[in-house]
Amino acid sequence: MEYIKAFIIGGLICLIGQILIDKTNLTPARILVLFVTSGVILTALGIYEPLVDFGGAGATVPLPGFGYALAKGAIKGVEEKGLLGAFTGGVVATAGGITAAIVFGYLASVLFDPKAKN
Amino acid sequence: MAQNRLGGQTISFIQNLPRITSRASIVGKKEGEGPLAQYFDKILEDDLWGEKSWEKAERRMFIEAAQLIMKKAKKEPADINYLFGGDLLDQIISAAYAARSLGIPFYGLYGACSTMTESISLGAVMVDGGYADHVLCLTSSHFCTAERQFRFPLEMGTQRPPTAQWTVTGAGGVLLSSSGEGPCITHVTTGKVIDFGIKDANNMGAAMAPAAADTIRAHFEDTGRGPEDYDLIVTGDLAKYGRELTIHLLKKEGYDIESRFIDCGCEIFSEEQDIHAGASGCGCSAVVLAGYLLKQMEDGQFNRILMASTGALHSTVSSQQGDSIPGIAHAIAIEKKG
Amino acid sequence: MDSIDVKQKKIHKEYQDLANSISPKSNIIGNCIRAFLVGGTICTFGQLITNIAKNYYDMNTEEASTITSISLIFISALLTGMGIYEKIGKRAGAGSVVPITGFANSIVSPAMEHKREGYVMGVGAKMFSIAGPVLVYGISASVVVGLVNYFFIR
Repeated sequence: MEYIKAFIIGGLICLIGQILIDKTNLTPARILVLFVTSGVILTALGIYEPLVDFGGAGATVPLPGFGYALAKGAIKGVEEKGLLGAFTGGVVATAGGITAAIVFGYLASVLFDPKAKN
Repeated sequence: MAQNRLGGQTISFIQNLPRITSRASIVGKKEGEGPLAQYFDKILEDDLWGEKSWEKAERRMFIEAAQLIMKKAKKEPADINYLFGGDLLDQIISAAYAARSLGIPFYGLYGACSTMTESISLGAVMVDGGYADHVLCLTSSHFCTAERQFRFPLEMGTQRPPTAQWTVTGAGGVLLSSSGEGPCITHVTTGKVIDFGIKDANNMGAAMAPAAADTIRAHFEDTGRGPEDYDLIVTGDLAKYGRELTIHLLKKEGYDIESRFIDCGCEIFSEEQDIHAGASGCGCSAVVLAGYLLKQMEDGQFNRILMASTGALHSTVSSQQGDSIPGIAHAIAIEKKG
Repeated sequence: MDSIDVKQKKIHKEYQDLANSISPKSNIIGNCIRAFLVGGTICTFGQLITNIAKNYYDMNTEEASTITSISLIFISALLTGMGIYEKIGKRAGAGSVVPITGFANSIVSPAMEHKREGYVMGVGAKMFSIAGPVLVYGISASVVVGLVNYFFIR
C-alpha cells in the first residue's frame, strides 16, 4: 500500500511541475528553485508534513521533499541549539544528499565524456 | 550619387557580376541521414570528428570546407583576396581560428544564422567594385557547441517544446569570382533589424519571420520584381512555423509567395528525425545553398532564386535581462547567366 | 511619440497572437501522463530503498530518507554519465526533473559538459550553474524558517 501511495503522491508532484513547464515557459532551473523553496515554506506552515506521513518517499524524493528536509532540519536545529541551529540545521539535515550530488557529480564528470545527441 | 543603388535597401551589380565559381559543404552525422544527404560533399561519422572538443571539430569543418572550395576551383589560399565568414560562437571563434590556419585576409562577421548571405553580400560588393577577384564566403555551426552556449548542457534531461529548432552541424560556403563559370549574384538587399516582441527563445522562427518578410518585401519594392520573377524564394532557418508566419506577413503586404517558397530549416531533416519545428544555425542555409540549391541551379531546375538567410540577434544575456529577440535577414538574388 | 509607441505595441500584440495561433501547443495531457508515471516510478523506487534501509539496516526515518537520497543521486549520476538520463528526460519532462534525481542530473550534466574547460573553472565552477540557485534559495529559506521559529514561535 505504501508503494502505491508513494507512486501517486510522487507522480502528482511531478505532474504539477509538468503543467508549470508547459503552461508558463519556466526553465527547469526555475522549476527546481521554485519546488525546493515551496517545500521549505509549506513545511514551515505545517502543510508538507502530513503529505510526507501519507506519501512517504512519494513526498520526500521530489524536490519539495528536499525543501522539507531543509526546513525540518532548521526547526530541529533551533530546538536543540537555539539561534546557531537556525544556521546549521538545514544543511546538517541535507548534508548527505548535497555531498553525494557533489562527489558523484564530480566522479561522473571525470569518468564520462559528454555525448553528441542524435 | 551611388549609381548602383535601387530604392532604400538594395544594390544591383552591373560591372563585374560576381559569379559563384565553386562551392562545398560538410555536414554532421544527423544531417547526413536526412533527405539532402546526397548533395553534401562530406558527412562526418561522428560529431566530434576525432577532435578534443566540439569547438575544435566545428573549426575543422570550417577549414576543410574552405580547402574543398579552393580545391574544386583549383585555387590556392594565395589566390583568394578575402575571406568573409562567421559562426554562432562567442567572438566567432570557429571562423577566426579557421582564418588563422587558412592565412587569407579575413573579415569576421556575426549575423547569427543570417551570416551566409551577409558574407555573400559583402563579398559580392568586393568583386563587383573591382577590389577582389576571388572571395571566399563561408559559415559554420555545430549542434553541440551551440546547444551548450545558448541552452542547456547536452546531458541535461529536458524536454524540447514543439517549436524548438535543431542547430545544424555543418559548414558550407562559396567562392565568388570576377570571372569563370557559375551563376551570378545580381542583387543584394540588406535587411533591417526587426523586432516584433517575441521573447520565447524556443520559438526562433516566430522571432525571425518579420525580418524575413520585411527584407523580401523591400527587395520586391526596390527592384520592381515580384514573386513570379523567381523560380524559388528561400529563407534560412525559419522552420515550419516561421515559414507559415512569413507567408502570412507577406500576404498582408500583397505578395503571395507560398507556392514557390521553401525554408532551408524545413528541407535538411525529415519528419522522422525528431527535430521538432525544423533546423537552424549558420550552417543550415550555408550547406543547403552550397549543397542542394546551387546543384539544382547547375542542373537547370532553377534559373533565378532569391535567398534570404535569417538570424536572431539575441544573446543569453539579453534573454536573461528580459529583452525580446530581434531578427535580421539579408537577401541575395542568384541568377544563371550565359 | 506616444502614438507611435501605442501603434508599435498593437502590431506586436497582433503578431504575438498570430504566432501563438500558428505555433503548436505542447501535448500537455500526454506530457502530464508521462511525467506522472515516471515521477511516480522514481518515488516508488525510493520507497523501496527507504523500506530496505529501515527494515534490514535498522535505520530511523531520517537516516533512511538520507540514504534514499544518496542512492538515487548515485543512480542518476551514473545514468547521466552514460547518456541515459537525457533520453529519459526527453520523454518524461518534469517526471525526471522534479525528483532528487533531476537535481543530481542538473549537477552532473554541466560538470561533464565543461570538462574541456578544465577541472577547476570548468567542472568545479560550472557544476553549480543550475544546482547553485537551488541551494542558495533552499538553504536561505531554511535559515529564514529557523529564525522565525527562534524569534516568534519557540
